[in-house]
This record gives sequence, C-alpha cells and structure tokens, in this order.
Amino acid sequence: MALYSEKVMEHFRNPRNVGVIEDADGIGEVGNAKCGDIMKMYLKIEDDIIKDVKFETFGCGSAIASSSMATELIKGKPVSEAMKLTNKAVAEALDGLPDYKMHCSVLAEEAIRSALEDYQKRTGKQIK
Amino acid sequence: MIYVDNAATTKMSKTAIHTMTAMMEDTWGNPSSLYSIGQRAKEVLEKARADVASVIGAEPREITFTSGGSEADNQAILTAALLGEKSGKKHIVSSAFEHHAVLHTLNKLEKMGYEITLLDVHENGMIIPSELEAAIREDTCLVTIMTANNEIGTIQPIRELGAICRSRKVLFHTDAVQAVGHIPLNVIEDNIDLLSASAHKFHGPKGVGFLYARKGIRLTNLIEGGAQERGKRAGTENVPGIVSMAEALKEANAGMEKNAEHLVKMRDRLIAGLKEIPHSALNGDAEHRLPGNVNFCFEGIEGESLLLLLDDKGIQASSGSACTSGSLDPSHVLLAIGRVHDVAHGSLRLSIGEDITEADVDYLIKSVKEVVEYLRGFSPIWRDLMAGKKQFIL
Repeated sequence: MALYSEKVMEHFRNPRNVGVIEDADGIGEVGNAKCGDIMKMYLKIEDDIIKDVKFETFGCGSAIASSSMATELIKGKPVSEAMKLTNKAVAEALDGLPDYKMHCSVLAEEAIRSALEDYQKRTGKQIK
Repeated sequence: MIYVDNAATTKMSKTAIHTMTAMMEDTWGNPSSLYSIGQRAKEVLEKARADVASVIGAEPREITFTSGGSEADNQAILTAALLGEKSGKKHIVSSAFEHHAVLHTLNKLEKMGYEITLLDVHENGMIIPSELEAAIREDTCLVTIMTANNEIGTIQPIRELGAICRSRKVLFHTDAVQAVGHIPLNVIEDNIDLLSASAHKFHGPKGVGFLYARKGIRLTNLIEGGAQERGKRAGTENVPGIVSMAEALKEANAGMEKNAEHLVKMRDRLIAGLKEIPHSALNGDAEHRLPGNVNFCFEGIEGESLLLLLDDKGIQASSGSACTSGSLDPSHVLLAIGRVHDVAHGSLRLSIGEDITEADVDYLIKSVKEVVEYLRGFSPIWRDLMAGKKQFIL
C-alpha cells in the first residue's frame, strides 16, 4: 500500500518495544477511543536514563508505527533529551506521514511527555 | 489474493471487457451522427437501453444513462425537489444511513430552504414502514431510501415503502446501486418512481450508470448541452461503457439466483466463523441482507490496522474506521445503527464475490481471528476491558 512509507510499514509490521513494564517508573496514556487512537507508554528510568520503554496502542497503522518509532528514539537516552522529543522528529524518522495522520506523531510525543510527567510526580524530581 | 471488497467495486466480467473493447474497435462512431458508423453506434446504444430497461421491468425511454450512481442520485433528488417546489412542497424524507451521494445532495437542498427528515434505521439497520408513513407530510415531495445499504448490506422493504409513497402521492426514489444485479428488482411491482444504479457494482465498467425515471417525471438536467439522452443529460454518450454495462447486467441477472444461493451459503459460513471471536458483533440484520455482505465490529481494535495486516495476508477488505476515511468520525452508517465510536472504529466489511470458495472463507475466518487477537494483544483498551476497568460493549 502506498498510503505509508516503507519505514512506517516496517515499524507497523514489526513494532519495537511492544508490551507492558509492570514496575514502571512512569506511565502515560493519551488519546481516546472516540477518536480512534489511544497510546500508553511505560518507562523504566535509572540514573536519569531511560533504561526501558514499552508501549500499547489502540489505533491505525501510523499510530502503531509512531509509538514504535518514538520508543526507539528515547530508549537509552537521558530523560532531559526524551522530554524534548517532538512529533516532527518522530514523523521524520518514519520518512514522513500523510498530512491527516500527523496527529499520530503528536500523540506519540504527548504519550512520552505524559509518562515523564508521571515520573516527575512520583519522584518529585524535575527534569531539566 | 482474496478480494472481498466487492461493495467498493467489482472486477469486470470477461463479457463486459470483450464488449467494451469490441465497441472501441468497431463501433466508435458518434451516435448523433447520421452516417452509417454513427447510426451503428446509435443502434447498439438503444439496444443497451432496451436491455437495461427489461432487466428492471422498465421501458427503454425511462432509462437515462449517467456517469454512475452518484450522478443518478443527484439528478433524481434534484428533479423531485424542483418538481415539489412548483407546488409548494419542500419536504423530503430519507434515512440516516444513505450513501453520501444522497445525504450531501440533501444537505445542499436543506441550505436552499428544503426541510429534510431522516428516518431512524434502528439497531438492525432496517426502516420501519409505519415510521415512513408517519413522517410523510402534506408538503412532502420526495422519499429517498436506499434498496440495500453499501456498508452493512441490509435490504429495505422497498415494495412496501414504495406502496406507502404511491398512496400518499409522493415520489419514491431508491439508490439501488448495491442491489441491481444482485437481488431481484422490478420498478412496477416495487412501486419505484426513480432508481439509481452503477455498472461497476455488477462487474461492469466504472464511470457508467443509469437513472430510471417513471414515464411522466420530467428530469432536471445536471449537465446542459446537446440533445443526448432525450435532452436530459448532455454530452456524447459513453457507448463502449454503456453497452458493456448492459451486457454485464444481463449476465448478472441471468446468474442471479445461482450466485445468490452460493453467496448466502458462503456469507453465513463466514458470519458463523467470525462470531466465534469473543466480543464481536455482526452489523445489520442477519436475514434481510445482501447475499455477499458481511460486516462486523470487534471490540478493542482499530479497523485500519486490521485492514493493513489482512492485506499482508493477501486479503483486500474495507472498514468503517475513521482512519480509513480521513476524518475523525467513524462511518455514519455504523453510528446510525447505534454503534458507539469506540466500537465503530473496529469494524470490518467483507463483501464477497461469486467466485469465493469454502476454502477462501475458512482462510478469511482464520486470518481475521489471528489479526484481531494479535492487535488486541497490545491494545490498552483491550487490557482495561479484560482487567474489568472498563465495561465490554459487545
């Protein structure tokens, strides 16, 4: 299908970091079923580094691919860097998304930020 | 490859293709020309008109060839609206799950001062005739209800609805795009005044259709120009397409009973198999249903990802999910039968074709089961449902 780039299809077919982290340090869930997309991110953080990240997504092909790519982009990175992840970076790493699917990359950005905010709330730490 | 999107379009039949190429090779004249190759084109054009008319029980002069179902819908509705206006009648009754060719035309008329009543199609996707009876007013000029729904395949009691319109002296139009060539239709017995059809839904070519308008109903032009189609649809006729459509229709009509018998068997096997998937539901009435239509909702998953993964397994299908439409709202048809957004996003339409085998059906069931299970495996909604944090809808 030429609807998506090869990269999107590759991440959609073989999503990275799928699943749940039972003892996560931060969890973020964004979107709603009404609009047809929900993303949930689980973070394991040690020494301000994202040691592990997993996701669960209800949504279209680009939502799943965006989740997968976003987890790849932040895994092993300092939390401060993860906090700066933009939807544009996610979309670019996927070799682009159709215009009306850009909101999927926005959701991925928001899901990660939401999980990091949860981590801040739990630990009282401020990510700089 | 298993193509199960015949409600979107069908593959042209061999006869339709051969007819079309033969017309292009040999009968390419302009039917309006008076020399022999023009007149030969005129002859085949009029023969096609007679053939199409006879399949639906109409007279040749009651058939106007169009570019397809949408144009026919537009012209039928506009015609009835303008006829109504002449006698001060500006109320139209339709249903909530019509095709957009009908609904968007009605929206346009609403902006022009017409009043539109959309009948409820209920949970099973069926119109209740008494509700039509009650909706018709003194100033109603048109009732337009589709014969069979394009998404969930429900077949309306057209004859009964037509009879109500007759008795109340209101024009009755039906968008029969999904029905013509698939289920028996007769404009006289079924009390139809205006009917739209499209060739590519019955193995004919794309870009061709027809509008039946009962004798005495003066059509309003959408396209002005030459005197083609009795002056009601200008533009040099698409002779190859029209003749090919007529051949495809005759073929579909001749094989209708046999095809339907096979399709119903395959359809019901498919429905039974998919019903085994937990928290799923068939959309639309199980009995009053097109022979080739299967439409399900699966809770906890989204339709587009389902379609993409089925495509990887060689299965071509469609969904009423928002993501397949480019908007945030799922199919208006699924919403009209009361499916909530969460569930409507997880819909799958399998519109099977005559050549489907039992082995194909079993492969479809197996594949859909696998993909639904896989997607549920990492769906946060499914997790919440299973954990009891959310209530199952289906």
